[in-house]
Amino acid sequence: MLQVSIYRYNPEVDNAPHMQEFEFDTEGKDLMVLDVLEAIKAGHDSSVTYRRSCREGVCGSDGLNINGKNGLACITPLSETVKNDKLVVRPLPGLPVIRDLVVDMSLFYAQYEKIQPFLKNNSPAPAIERLQSPEDRSQLDGLYECILCACCSTSCPSFWWNPDRFIGPAGLLQAYRFLADTRDTATDERLSKLDDPFSVFRCHGIQNCVNVCPKGLNPTKAIGHIRTMLLNRAT
Amino acid sequence: MVTQVTSFSRSGLSDWLIQRLTSVILLAYFICLAGILLGGVDYSAWKAMHDTTAMRIFTLLAAMSLAAHAWIGLWAVYTDYLTERMLGPRGHVIRRFCQLGTVLALVIYLLWVIQILWG
Repeated sequence: MLQVSIYRYNPEVDNAPHMQEFEFDTEGKDLMVLDVLEAIKAGHDSSVTYRRSCREGVCGSDGLNINGKNGLACITPLSETVKNDKLVVRPLPGLPVIRDLVVDMSLFYAQYEKIQPFLKNNSPAPAIERLQSPEDRSQLDGLYECILCACCSTSCPSFWWNPDRFIGPAGLLQAYRFLADTRDTATDERLSKLDDPFSVFRCHGIQNCVNVCPKGLNPTKAIGHIRTMLLNRAT
Repeated sequence: MVTQVTSFSRSGLSDWLIQRLTSVILLAYFICLAGILLGGVDYSAWKAMHDTTAMRIFTLLAAMSLAAHAWIGLWAVYTDYLTERMLGPRGHVIRRFCQLGTVLALVIYLLWVIQILWG
């Protein structure tokens, strides 16, 4: 029998958050964590609140803290995370809780907005599209795949302490995605906005982001590339 | 862009670069000292070595590196943990008090090293 402990907080009725315990029979199946949440919501307590959508690791809605590690509930199998029949599910750390497992991601999106995640090119637009060689396109591999689930940024202590000033691994991965894009001509402008003590340099390279990314991406490496670009520009 | 008047160089890149350069200088200095100490040295030889201009400059460089390295590192710690977010409304006051204390300690320490070396 799986012992499931879920973080509960309804600001309309609760003075403080608490953990609610459930017993769940997996019937020997290696379910995904989201399956367990769905079954608890359907069979035990319909008020358990969480975000979910695609249930296959594409939309990034169900980023949660599962047994102490951030991940997507829909693609985290119990066999990967459960030890001693205990499953503890909490909301992503560092962001304000709206209710139960749902967090307010405004701070996360505000940082994403700061890096201007869109192509900037001052030259006249061609008739059809801006072409790119396969080699140039390959520079974006490992960058464009981010689904903005926030697992990385909310596992980063620097983002916990300064979510209003440190862009965070997700935002910086996307910042580098546009810095590395040969079609983008705003490199200098983008770099100028990052050369302060907080936006990039609050990253101390502890690689929590790399450890938790459900898409297997490497924001620390991208941050290293940004640092190198800043250094090359300034020296 | 986030502006900061209390960071060492007011530039994230400069602070980052200075912290790495100073760590290399400190590493070289302490390896040098460790090598001399492990090789066996008495007081007169130790004093004679520190009386040379080269060693004085190296020691001063290491002390200046330590001061810069410590300020950049502690500034990051203070702006992480001693904030309004972490400590409530008094966070800013506590942080500035700690920053002032750290700057004073580092300046006194640096002046003291200069006095020892050339005094």
